Amino acid sequence: MDKFVQVEKVGMTFDTKQGKFVALADIDLSIRQGEFVSLIGHSGCGKSTLLNLIAGLLLPTSGALLCANREIAGPGPERAVVFQNHSLLPWLTCFENVYLAVERVFAANEPKAKLKERTAKVLELVGLAHAMHKYPNEISGGMKQRVGIARALAMEPKVLLMDEPFGALDALTRARLQDELMRIVAATQATTVMVTHDVDEAVLLSDRIVMMTNGPAATIGEILTVDLPRPRDRLALAHDAKYMDYRSAVIEFLYAKQSHPLAA
Amino acid sequence: MTAITVEAFEKVGAGKTAQPARTNPAPAGLRVPPPPPPSQLAGPSSTEQNAAAMRAFFAQALPPVLGILLLLLVWHLATMKGGSLPTPAKTWEAAVKLFSDPFYRNGPNDQGIGWNILSSLSRVGVGFGIAALIGIPLGFLLGRFATLSRMAGPIISLLRPVSPLAWLPIGLLVFKKADPAATWTIFICSIWPMIMNTAQGVMRVPQDYLNVARVLNLSEWKIVTKILFPSVLPYMLTGIRLSIGTAWLVIVAAEMLTGGVGIGFWVWDEWNNLKVEHIIIAIFVIGFTGLILEQTLLALARRLHTEA
Repeated sequence: MDKFVQVEKVGMTFDTKQGKFVALADIDLSIRQGEFVSLIGHSGCGKSTLLNLIAGLLLPTSGALLCANREIAGPGPERAVVFQNHSLLPWLTCFENVYLAVERVFAANEPKAKLKERTAKVLELVGLAHAMHKYPNEISGGMKQRVGIARALAMEPKVLLMDEPFGALDALTRARLQDELMRIVAATQATTVMVTHDVDEAVLLSDRIVMMTNGPAATIGEILTVDLPRPRDRLALAHDAKYMDYRSAVIEFLYAKQSHPLAA
Repeated sequence: MTAITVEAFEKVGAGKTAQPARTNPAPAGLRVPPPPPPSQLAGPSSTEQNAAAMRAFFAQALPPVLGILLLLLVWHLATMKGGSLPTPAKTWEAAVKLFSDPFYRNGPNDQGIGWNILSSLSRVGVGFGIAALIGIPLGFLLGRFATLSRMAGPIISLLRPVSPLAWLPIGLLVFKKADPAATWTIFICSIWPMIMNTAQGVMRVPQDYLNVARVLNLSEWKIVTKILFPSVLPYMLTGIRLSIGTAWLVIVAAEMLTGGVGIGFWVWDEWNNLKVEHIIIAIFVIGFTGLILEQTLLALARRLHTEA
């Protein structure tokens, strides 16, 4: 399907104490099934707002969003979100956190044993079989984020939405999780939209990089198609000329065409 | 901005912390260092370790003990020349005698100290229980619906600073009897911290958790049991702890006015009999009971403590 997620002439205006704030204007974007799209831009450019619109956590003030040809009218388990700060419930174990999602989506059609099997399997997929009965405060930041990803994947969503999923992690953990994410996405063929501010992350993971202009009234500045064969290997790519070109193109956009709002 | 604020409920338990119990450390003086790991090594190093552990233990335990001894010394010096207050030794003797038979009954106005404490506690329990049954659900409603919270705001602000004893005549008028009037007073003074802390807890449920609920499309029941209740629990327990503390403060005064059986009435009765030792014993008993109530709830809060 060529237009799996469609964003059509979407604008988003917030009512604030200082009056109306136009966060997004005239966003047009369509995403193919199985595609990995990154949203990149300076902070405050509304990339998280766009992600929340696709998630249905926000509704647009103008335009429309569609997923599989149906209007997005609210959040739902077919568009799973991996939150920036993992958002696990601290009073539930990793297993129970994921089970909550599994139960919601599959309890109507499957017996309990099958639900538990699903939960265990998805935790295994993110490499947490050994820690599934621990509480979130007993595991590291990277592991928490993996539980967050597992919870999203467990719903077998049509679209996986990630809001700076690795933003709070150290560089080494981040690299490892990026590799794991590439493996998981390849295995599940998930359509993925990821918000990031990390240029390398965007180039390494994406099929297309959506670069956004600075707010207010932010919109899509350029879209870069990353034509690198998969599976991708970060070591090999580090010296790849094409990779370097893509990387410079993004940096060029971010720092020359859209210099940081604070620096201006 | 909603009418209920943290500052508002902080005033309720003046001198006590209004933070949820999860952030409440044990009093510094009571903290005992963990025992050293049992060492497999025999010989000088193990004795050295033991000696170090002993020193650490004494360093922790000594100051509180010294403090109490100092208090007793000052008390003794102040009363040894005679006067209206009894010495510590005399008070101790009276206490031993008193606690040798705490559960006697010689008619309605002469009962053992055990009965007096128990009847005060049961009054606090009933008044507090009714307050919890009403206050906690009310707090949930106020926290969930901003309009309700704004409606209740001025009423709560107006009524909360009123001394609970001012409510006693209303209770006497409505219930015509002393006992329910005292319970009513406990009810009215313990309901505010529970309403306000619960409402505060509901308002502070992290938006992230609510977003999770929305993305997972959880049912109302799941939202309440899996998200709202566990995240409000520490705030609720803080409210309960402040309420119990206030209730225990108030019951003594209320019973002095209403009479009957109870620790407050007992204090007043002993004053009328001029048994000053008993009044001092009662002060210690009241303090000790309050301490146990507080520590029990703190321990409960620590058990239920979950960290993000």
